[in-house]
Amino acid sequence: MKNAGLRCFLYSINEQIRALAGSHPKSVLTGFKCVQTHSLQDLQQPAVSSKVFVQRDYSSGTICKFQTKFPSELESRMDKQQFEETMQTLNNLYAEAEKIGGKSYLEGFLACLTAYTIFLCMETHYEKVLKKIARYIKDQNEKIYAPRGLLLTDPIERGLRVVEITIFEDRSVGSGR
Amino acid sequence: MSAVMITRKVRKWEKLPGKNTFCCDGRVMMARQKGIFYLTLFLIIGTCSLFFAFECPYLAVHLSPAIPVFAVLLFLFVIAMLLRTSFSDPGVLPRALPEEANFIEMEIEAANGNVPSGQRPPPRIRNVQINNQIVKLKYCYTCKIFRPPRASHCSICDNCVDRFDHHCPWVGNCVGKRNYRYFYLFTLTLSLLTIYIFAFNIVHVVMRSVDQGFLNTLKETPGTVLEVLVCFFTLWSMVGLTGFHTYLISLNQTTNEDIKGSWSGKNRGQNPYSHKNIIKNCCEVLCGPTYPSVLDRRGLMQEDSPAAANSEGPCSFDNPVAQTTKTTAPLIPNEHTPDDVKPSIAAEKSSGPKDDQPPAAKLPPLASPETDAETSIAKNQ
Repeated sequence: MKNAGLRCFLYSINEQIRALAGSHPKSVLTGFKCVQTHSLQDLQQPAVSSKVFVQRDYSSGTICKFQTKFPSELESRMDKQQFEETMQTLNNLYAEAEKIGGKSYLEGFLACLTAYTIFLCMETHYEKVLKKIARYIKDQNEKIYAPRGLLLTDPIERGLRVVEITIFEDRSVGSGR
Repeated sequence: MSAVMITRKVRKWEKLPGKNTFCCDGRVMMARQKGIFYLTLFLIIGTCSLFFAFECPYLAVHLSPAIPVFAVLLFLFVIAMLLRTSFSDPGVLPRALPEEANFIEMEIEAANGNVPSGQRPPPRIRNVQINNQIVKLKYCYTCKIFRPPRASHCSICDNCVDRFDHHCPWVGNCVGKRNYRYFYLFTLTLSLLTIYIFAFNIVHVVMRSVDQGFLNTLKETPGTVLEVLVCFFTLWSMVGLTGFHTYLISLNQTTNEDIKGSWSGKNRGQNPYSHKNIIKNCCEVLCGPTYPSVLDRRGLMQEDSPAAANSEGPCSFDNPVAQTTKTTAPLIPNEHTPDDVKPSIAAEKSSGPKDDQPPAAKLPPLASPETDAETSIAKNQ
C-alpha cells in the first residue's frame, strides 16, 4: 500500500513538472532530481505531526520545575498517571541538582579556595545530576514513549525552559505535515 | 545520481544569535565591546606590577616577606575572578526554536480571544504566583519566549539573561545567574587589594621618609605616586560597589530590580525570592549550586548544502530549520516589535495560508502533494 501511495505522489509531481515545463520536461526533471530524492527520503521518515511544550512551573520560585498537568494532545496516546510520574521524577531530579545544603556549601567553599580552577578538572554536582537526568529520559523514551510514537526531548537542549514532546503521526494515516 | 552532501564541522557558537564574541573555539564568551575590560586589566596588572617592583622589596626586607606573598595571592585571586566573570556565560537563555515560538503564539492568540481589527491587542504578559505574590512574566519579542522570573533582555548583548543583574562594561560581559558570585568576589577582593596596596604604600612612604626624607623617597620610588592616585580613586568606587552588592545580596535582589524599584517603596517587604533571613539569602546567592550553561556552545552542528536532505538525528533536524527561517511566528505588531520586523510581518500576513505550515515542510511548491494544499485551504475555510 505504501508503494502505491509513493507512485501516486511521484505521478502528481511529474504532472506538475510537465504542466509547468511545457514541451521539454527532461531538462526540468534533471534539475528537480535532487528535490525528488529529498521528498523520497522525507516520506520514509515518520511524519512529525506536532509538538507539545510543557512549560515551567514557577509557583515555588525560580527553581527548575515543570508543570505536571497532562496535556490534552496526549490524551489519546498515553496514560495520565505515567506522564505525571515522569514529570514528577524529573522535578525531583532537578530539585536534587539545585539543593542548597551541606554538600553544595562544601563544594562552593572548596572551589572558592582554589579560585574556582578546580572546575576545570572536576564535574560539578549539577552536571552529575544532569547526566542522570539524560539517562532517565533516554530510559523513559525507550520503555514508555517510543512504543507510543512519542519522544521526550531533554529540557537542557531547550534551555531548561520547556519539556518538548514530539508526537509522531502513524505513517499509514495520510501524509500530513 | 545522489544528492551531494557537503558536511563542514561547525560548532554551535558560530551560529548563535546575539551580539557576543566567542574565543577559544566557543570556550570564552564575552560582549562585543571589550575596550573597557582591557582598561580594567591594564589598571590592575599595571598597579600591581608597580607595587611588586617598588614597594615589595623594601617591605619584604624591613617588615615581613609575608606582605608580598599575600599580595601575590590576592592579585592572582582578583585576576581569576575577573577572568571568570568576563569569560563565562552569564546565564543566557537560548531563543525559542520556530515550533516553540509558534506554540506560544497559538497559546497567546487563544488567550486573547477575538481582538477587533484596528484595536491594539493586549500586552503579552503571563501572571504567575510565587510565594503568594503575583509576578508578571513579560514576553520577549526578540527571543520569542516568556521570560522566566528575574530574567531580562540585555540590549547590548541581545540576549535574555537569567537572573539578570546588569551589563558591566568593566568586565566586558553581562552579570547574571551564573557569574554573579564571581563578580561579587571580584569586587570584594579588588577592594581588599586596593586597600592593601594603598595602606602599604603609605607605610612604605612613611618608613622611607623617616630615613631619607619625603622628597628623596618619591624620587627613588616614582611608582608610588601613580599607585596612590589609582588606588585612591579605585578605592571609593570599589568599596561603594561592594557595599551596594552586599546590601543587594542580603535582600536577595538584583541590580535590575533595585533600579526598577520592583521590591522597594510601596512594594517593600514583598520580594518573593527573599528568605527574609540575611544569612539564608547570602548562602543562596554565594553558596548555591553552580548552574551549568544551557547554551551548548561547543556542540557540533552539521551544515549541509541546501539541496540535500538531513536525516541525522534531532540535533541536525532542528538546525536547518533554525538556519533557514528567521521570523516565522506570525507576530501581531506591537509597540515593542522592532520597526524592521513590522514590514515583514505585513508581508507574511498577506501571503496567506501557506505560512501556517511548519517551516520544516518548506519544500519547493512543486514537491508538495496536491492533497496538502487542499487540506490547508479546507482548514482555513
